[in-house]
Amino acid sequence: MSGSGTIEAPDLLAIDPEEAVEAIVASLREIVGKELRRRGAVVGVSGGIDSSVTVALCARAFGPGRTLAVLMPEADSSDDTLELSRSVADSLGVEAVVEDITPILEAVRCYERRDEAVRRVVPEFGDGWRFKIVLPSVLGTDAYRLFTVVAQSPNGEQVEARLPAGEYLTIVAATNFKQRTRKMLEYFHADAHNYAVAGTPNRLEYDQGFFVKLGDGAADVKPIAHLYKTQVYRLAEYLEIPEKVRARKPTTDTYSLEQTQDEFYFSLPYEQMDLCLYGHNNGISADDLAGRIGIAAEDIQRVYEDIEQKRRTTRYLHLGAQLVEPVPEVPAKAS
Amino acid sequence: MEDAIREFLAANFFLGDDPAGLPGSASLIEAGVIDSTGVLELVGYLEDTFGIRIRDDELLPENLDTIDNVVGFVTRKQQEAGTPT
Repeated sequence: MSGSGTIEAPDLLAIDPEEAVEAIVASLREIVGKELRRRGAVVGVSGGIDSSVTVALCARAFGPGRTLAVLMPEADSSDDTLELSRSVADSLGVEAVVEDITPILEAVRCYERRDEAVRRVVPEFGDGWRFKIVLPSVLGTDAYRLFTVVAQSPNGEQVEARLPAGEYLTIVAATNFKQRTRKMLEYFHADAHNYAVAGTPNRLEYDQGFFVKLGDGAADVKPIAHLYKTQVYRLAEYLEIPEKVRARKPTTDTYSLEQTQDEFYFSLPYEQMDLCLYGHNNGISADDLAGRIGIAAEDIQRVYEDIEQKRRTTRYLHLGAQLVEPVPEVPAKAS
Repeated sequence: MEDAIREFLAANFFLGDDPAGLPGSASLIEAGVIDSTGVLELVGYLEDTFGIRIRDDELLPENLDTIDNVVGFVTRKQQEAGTPT
C-alpha cells in the first residue's frame, strides 16, 4: 500500500506491548497508591476490548484480589455482553459483580423518555421495535452530517427519518442515563472497598470526546487514554484477553439495534480513524497519509477537519466545574 | 429575512459582544457560533419558519455556513417552491 521509502501504515502505530504494559502498571501503582491513596481498582467491564485491557492492567498493577470487575448489563445490551465480560474476569482471576441496571433505568424513565422522542419522529415506533441513530459518512462530500433515526419493526421493516434537534438531544440525554448509572455503581463499589475507579477510554475516544460527561468520562485514572485503539488491540493480544473479546466488532452496545462506533460518531472504522488521528497529531499531510492508507487525500483532509471540529465541540466534556474566582488553596491537579 | 435569522442566532447561540456586528460573510462554524448540533437547530428553524424542506444533499457550507449564504439559499428555495419571500 505504501510507496518506496514510506513506512507501512500499521508501523505508524507500532508498539512494544511488554514495555507499554510495564510502564502503565508502574504508573497505575504510583497514581492510585501514592496520589489517590486507594488500595485497588474498580473497572466497569462491558465485554469490549477497552474495558478488558483496562481490567487486565489493573489486575497486574494491584493483583487480582484488589481488582473488581463490575458487569452492568441492561435491557438493550447484546446477548453476549455478560458472557464475554465474565470470561474476561474469569481469565484474570478477578471477582466479578453483576449489577443489572435495567430497574434503575426504568425508575428514571430512561427508556420511556427516549421512546417518546423516537415516536415523535417515527409515530409507528412501539412494542417490539428496535432503533439506533446514525450519521452519514464524512467521505466524498463536504455536507454537514445530521443524525438519522433508523427504526426497525418486529417483522424487520425499516423506517429512517432525519432527527430534529429537540428529539436528537432528548434521545441522547435519556440514553446518557445508562453511562451515568453505571458510573454511580462503580463508585459505590469503589467507595465500599476504598478502591479507585479506572476509566476505559482509548485515545480516539478521549481525544474526540466520545464519552458521557459524568458517565463513562468520569474516573480517577484512565490507564489507556494515551493509546490508539489499534495499540489497545495489540496489548489485548499480549495480555491474553479471550479471543472472542478480541474478535468482537466495536459497537456502542447502547441502542437496541446494533450500532457500530463509526456510524454513530467516528468518521471511519477505527483502524483508519487511528491512522488519521495519528497523522493529524504528527503533522503528516493529507497527501502523504493518502499514499500510505489508501484513502483519497481530500477525504483525509475532511477527516482532519472533523477531528478539529469534534475537539472544539467536546471541549466542554473535558472541563470540570469552572470557578468564578480561583481558590488557590485547593489544587485542581495531583501534585 | 436576514434580521429574523440574526435574531434566531442571537437568541440561541453566543454571537459575541456585538451580535449585529457579525459580518454576513463570516463562517458561523469557524467563528464558533454554531457547532454540529447548532446546524441541526438552524436547519429546523429554517424549515419551520420559511416553509422549506432542506434535503440532505443541500446541507452544504455554501448554503448554510454564513448568514449571507443562508439568506441566498432560503430565497432560492422559496422561489423554486413559488413561496412568496
